[in-house]
Amino acid sequence: MSDWIEACTADDIDEEDVMRFDHEGRTFAIYRSPDDEFFATDGLCTHEHIHLADGLVMDDIIECPKHNGRFNYKTGQAKGAPVCVNLRTYPVKVEAGKVLIQLSQ
Amino acid sequence: MVIIGAGECGVRAAFALRENGYGGSITLVGAEKHLPYERPPLSKDAMISEEHPAPRTIASEHQFLERNISFLADTAVTGIDRKAKKVIFANGNSLAYDKVLLATGAIPRILPLAVESKHCTYLRSYDDALAIRARFQPGANIAIIGGGFIGLELAASARKRGASVTVLETQARVLMRGVPEEIAKIIAARHAQEGVHLRCGIELSGISDNDARATITLADGESLEADLVVIGIGATPVTALAEAAGLEIGNGIIVNEHLQTDDPAIFAAGDCCAFPLSIYGGRRVRLEAWRNAQEQGTLAARNMLGLAEPHLSVPWFWSDQYDLGLQVSGLADEGSTIIRRDLGDDAFILFHLASDGRLVAASGIGPGNAVARDIRLAEMLIARRAYPDPAHLAASDIKLKSLLAA
Ligand SMILES: Cc1cc2nc3c(=O)[nH]c(=O)nc-3n(C[C@H](O)[C@H](O)[C@H](O)COP(=O)(O)OP(=O)(O)OC[C@H]3O[C@@H](n4cnc5c(N)ncnc54)[C@H](O)[C@@H]3O)c2cc1C
Ligand code: FES
Repeated sequence: MSDWIEACTADDIDEEDVMRFDHEGRTFAIYRSPDDEFFATDGLCTHEHIHLADGLVMDDIIECPKHNGRFNYKTGQAKGAPVCVNLRTYPVKVEAGKVLIQLSQ
Repeated sequence: MVIIGAGECGVRAAFALRENGYGGSITLVGAEKHLPYERPPLSKDAMISEEHPAPRTIASEHQFLERNISFLADTAVTGIDRKAKKVIFANGNSLAYDKVLLATGAIPRILPLAVESKHCTYLRSYDDALAIRARFQPGANIAIIGGGFIGLELAASARKRGASVTVLETQARVLMRGVPEEIAKIIAARHAQEGVHLRCGIELSGISDNDARATITLADGESLEADLVVIGIGATPVTALAEAAGLEIGNGIIVNEHLQTDDPAIFAAGDCCAFPLSIYGGRRVRLEAWRNAQEQGTLAARNMLGLAEPHLSVPWFWSDQYDLGLQVSGLADEGSTIIRRDLGDDAFILFHLASDGRLVAASGIGPGNAVARDIRLAEMLIARRAYPDPAHLAASDIKLKSLLAA
């Protein structure tokens, strides 16, 4: 399958952190968890379309920088007001130090 | 359970009662005719959007049904009979309660000079916002009285709509309350750059109307004409109902750390209540902030169910003007020394330390959400009552997250 897109290298993101990745007019957020796994979600908060990559990662939570809405970035689940719509998540794999995300699904 | 006031706080409380397992009846009573909606966009997006702005609702009819919450719109509670444990409505009907939450919010402070003028207005509700928005036209002359958050956000919005704008502030600078001078200066400079006439240290002497416009007279004799005058000089808590019921009132409805009034069956939360802030040794404050309304709504609900949990959170708010984002966590006036940390892109954070070195507040400004992450980390340090090394706070190459781990 050719729909795996290279988003960044593993070294680009610190542990327990997030990075923005733009691709063909869409924007994503790529996460590295405290236990060193990688995840990807849509890049914009479902409340006011704010870039989540400016937010804070704590354990498996990404907190929106604008009004502190929280999502579990592993499942995309919205954790309560002010966010009530879940984030879409995407499969991620790391190959030869590169972080790949699968977009079409 | 009866909740009076269907703003951010009341709605949160209603849902939190269900989330915490309460199976009995919940009635949420709101004086406004709309479904509950968010107020922060009213001075921002709703003023500048190309299209007619729909209210950004907090909860839908469907969600109320799903959670079995009975929501009464366009209904005012006019009395509380504490002996009979009943709330009384304008039409004379009543409803028995077990526990009541007062989430009645705040309303704009009235400027006595302006009571006779039909060109003067205030912003609190969605309907207010629509009326003001209709007047923000290219070429219109807008005067804003009060250089606080609402006044300045409206000034930025009016400029975006092409109106000419004068802001009149009686204090020596804008944002006197809660924002340090170094940050207020940046905001003032930005407004000047965008063409807002910012006049601080003025004294008003009168406002008079003719058919089309208002004339504002200053104490030094100068006068200004405006098509519309928007007054944003602060808000007063809505306490009349609580007062008539004989509850203790100060700068807001007085509650203890559990958000309970002096009647154990009645709680108050959000913009209407004055509560002890535990991180500052119980200093009594009243906040007018969105996240606080949500957090207190949730906490009040839990305590109405008997959990008796104390309020512990750190105050936090934001403001957006042009592309500038301001965030403050904690109360800056608790600090005596300021440490600055530059974040690049013209963004910086000021850390406010108490005289013993404890971190008590942090305020930051920058483009977009540039300060958000570090303000949030600072908030966690404040909540922990941390004494961070000032040199570390100032050094932008030392991550704040690492101080949290220490
Ligand atoms: C224009 C504007 C912009 C803002 N921007 C920001 C911002 O950028 N950041 C931030 O942190 N905060 C902001 N705020 C503040 C924030 O919106 C408030 O803190 C929040 O709305 C408070 O929620 P509340 O539920 O306590 O009160 P409110 O939102 O005032 O709701 C109270 C409700 O109770 C109803 N009510 C009162 N008495 C009765 C009665 N007797 N019977 C029935 N109903 C009654 C009222 O009609 C009202 O609908 C802004 C506020 C405004 C007005
Ligand atoms: S934009 Fe993300 S919580 Fe509001």
